Amino acid sequence: MAFQILLNFFLAFVWMFLKSSYTPASFFVGYFFGLLIIYVFRRFFDSRFYLVRVNAVAVLFLLFIKELFLANWSVLKLVLRPKLNIKPGIFALPTELKKDWEITVLANLITLTPGTLVVDVSFDNKTLYIHAMDIEDINEAVDSIKNSFEKAIMEVSR
Amino acid sequence: MFVGIFILLGAFLSLVAAFGLIRLPDVYTRNHAASKSATLGVMLTLLGTLIYFYFIENHFNSRLLLGIAFIFMTSPVAGHLISRAAYNSGVKLWGKSVVDDLGRDRKKMNHRQS
Repeated sequence: MAFQILLNFFLAFVWMFLKSSYTPASFFVGYFFGLLIIYVFRRFFDSRFYLVRVNAVAVLFLLFIKELFLANWSVLKLVLRPKLNIKPGIFALPTELKKDWEITVLANLITLTPGTLVVDVSFDNKTLYIHAMDIEDINEAVDSIKNSFEKAIMEVSR
Repeated sequence: MFVGIFILLGAFLSLVAAFGLIRLPDVYTRNHAASKSATLGVMLTLLGTLIYFYFIENHFNSRLLLGIAFIFMTSPVAGHLISRAAYNSGVKLWGKSVVDDLGRDRKKMNHRQS
C-alpha cells in the first residue's frame, strides 16, 4: 500500500515535469491522473487498490468517534442514576488478531466502548481480559460489537 | 452558538466524570468514568476553543487540533495501564462483582508452573 502511494506521488511529479508548471494545483491534477492510472493497473500490484484501505481507515475512525459518544452517554446515565445497581466483572475475550498494532487498536476501541475497559492482554496475544460495568446484559451484546470491530480492523490490515 | 454548546457540554461531561470518581465503588468502575467522560469532555472543550478562535478571531490554531488527537490516542492507554497496574498489585474487585476470568486464568498458569 505504501508503494502505491509513493508511485502516485512519483506520477504526480512526472506530470508536473511534463507540464513544467510547479504549482500545487498541477500537483493535484497529476495526483488525480496518477490515481486513475494506478486504478487501471491495479491487477499488477500484490495488495489491494489503496483507496479501499484508506476508506477502511476512515470507517474505523468514524466508528471510534461514534463509540466514544455512546460510551459517554452510558456512563452519564449510570453515574447520575440515584441507585447503583451494576454488576461489574472481568471476562475473557478470545481474539483472532495477530499483529501488535491491531491488538492495540482493538484494545483502544474496546476501552472507548460503552461499559468495557481492557485490563490485561495475555502473553500469547490470544485473549483480552475486559472489565465490564454490567456483565449480565452486556456480555452477548458486547461480543457482537467486538466482532464488528474485529472485522473493521481486519478490513484495514487485509 | 456552537462554541457555547461545545464548551458547556465538555464542562458538563468533566463534571460527570468527577461525580463518577466519587460515587463508583472500586478502582475499575471509577476508571470507566475517568477514561471515557474525561476524554470526551476535554476533547469537546478544546474543539470549542478551536472553533471560537477560527470563526471569531480568524486564527486557525493547529496546536488545539494536535492536542485533541493526542488526548484521543493516549487517554484510553492511560486508563488501561492504570487498571492493569491496579490488578497486578492486587487491588480487590468490588464485592458485588460477578466473574473474574483473569484471576481464574492466572491461577491456572501458576498451578501449571509449580
